[in-house]
Amino acid sequence: MSTNGMSSWAVDLKDVGAIYPFQGTEVILVVLGLAFWIGFHVLQARIEAEELANAERDFNAEHSGKSIDRY
Amino acid sequence: MGSNVEALTTVFTEFYYWVTVVFMFLIHVGFCMYEVGASRRRNHMHLLMKNTMLIPLVTITFFFFGWWIYWAFPNGPGFIGGLEDGSANAPWSPTMATNLSDRITGVFWAAFLLFSWTAASIVSGAVIERIRSTAFWIHAVLIGSVFWIIDASWGWHYAGWMVKVLGYHDAYASGVIHAIAGGYALGVLVVLGPRLGKFAADGTPRDIPPHNPWLVTIGLFLIYTGFWGFYAACNVPIISPEVIDGQITGVTWTATNIYLAPTTLGAITFNFLMSLSGGLLVAYIVSKGDAFWTYSGGLAGIITASAGNDLYHPIQAMFIAGIGTFCAYKLHYWVEQKFKIDDAVGAVAVHGYAGFIGVVIAGFMLWGQPSSPYADYATINPIGQFLGAIIMFGVLGFLPAFIVSKIMAGMGMLRIPPKAELQGLDHHSEIAYQAAVEDVTKAERELAAKQI
Repeated sequence: MSTNGMSSWAVDLKDVGAIYPFQGTEVILVVLGLAFWIGFHVLQARIEAEELANAERDFNAEHSGKSIDRY
Repeated sequence: MGSNVEALTTVFTEFYYWVTVVFMFLIHVGFCMYEVGASRRRNHMHLLMKNTMLIPLVTITFFFFGWWIYWAFPNGPGFIGGLEDGSANAPWSPTMATNLSDRITGVFWAAFLLFSWTAASIVSGAVIERIRSTAFWIHAVLIGSVFWIIDASWGWHYAGWMVKVLGYHDAYASGVIHAIAGGYALGVLVVLGPRLGKFAADGTPRDIPPHNPWLVTIGLFLIYTGFWGFYAACNVPIISPEVIDGQITGVTWTATNIYLAPTTLGAITFNFLMSLSGGLLVAYIVSKGDAFWTYSGGLAGIITASAGNDLYHPIQAMFIAGIGTFCAYKLHYWVEQKFKIDDAVGAVAVHGYAGFIGVVIAGFMLWGQPSSPYADYATINPIGQFLGAIIMFGVLGFLPAFIVSKIMAGMGMLRIPPKAELQGLDHHSEIAYQAAVEDVTKAERELAAKQI
């Protein structure tokens, strides 16, 4: 029993190809990976929109002046 | 690997590309330092995050579809044929993973990936201090994992249709990376608009100097350093005529450019340094010793000469670099004044204009030379190079960036609100930082008082 089909290195390496575990699940991994990627953009857009809305709401001219003066 | 020579060649090639990837990482470090140096203090952490997070986003998307595009699109598809078989480079392929029968795909993929990061980083600098991260990261994926790699498949692939039909030659990516990224940055900037305060009421541009010139110059030095890796990564380090299987006769093994046409590391070392020097010298004179432009001019010089730096004489490379740098500098200020474009770090000029000019110059300098070791390819010529430069800068760079930015602007997700821009993008993290500092120092003072 081995997750990549190799249970010993007593082999001729010219006969060995892929050695990652659970071969055959590649398409599922890609689909999950794409969902992970798109999910990041969706969540990040929400986080940033909320941050910028807060920044507008909390705008303080005096504080902004100090930030600007720091250059 | 059938023989020891074959094994050594494979392992050497594997290690060669791996080293270039480590070198090219410095380009990204340099871009981060450069952007932080060029920006105002109230935006630093936001800028760092903007540039840092393009790394994972471009990496995973380049794995999912960018690398496949390179191998599947050399014919267009639809210009001179259909989709090529890119299945070995699809994300579910067993060779896109830990595989003892393929040692090269991983490092070759990574070398191209680092070019992808560079393309996105070039755009990053131009748009600092007012773009939303949401918008920039979508742009980063588009330039890094879609548009640049389409142009690479067309004009930076041994069987790309632009190489076959136009005789396109761009060995070290004047157009393939720099012109497209510069054009893309311009497309975003036209829609994004300038930073608040950049232009006076009468339209006169104001200089927004870097808050830390030291950091800017060290950043550029690091980009130069990473550029060495970039140049080496554009070559195939060792290959036999038999493997190339083109018109080259005899049995002499050689290094080649990306088109599998012969060159040497010695040649590109001469020309890299001479074009860097030509750019620095001209930039110093034309900017009257301005440090920011002198350093940027070194980069513009290399970028201008890069299209033909596998074949130029070093002195030719120096003069070509000087011409491109001079034009890029003048164009930057002309475009800024005329069209009110706020390119915060001169990225459109240094990468876009210099890259475009470099591709065009190569058409004249290398006119009639073979673009490829294979039969029936067009030879290098000025018209093919000019069309190629337009495709890179305009068709695959400016146009998609402009369209996507218009859509983003229409959805209200391109630019940050004016109040947030004035307050600074680090406003909330700074408040949280101050609150945490006050809280912990107060607690520690109380503990110290109890010890007395």
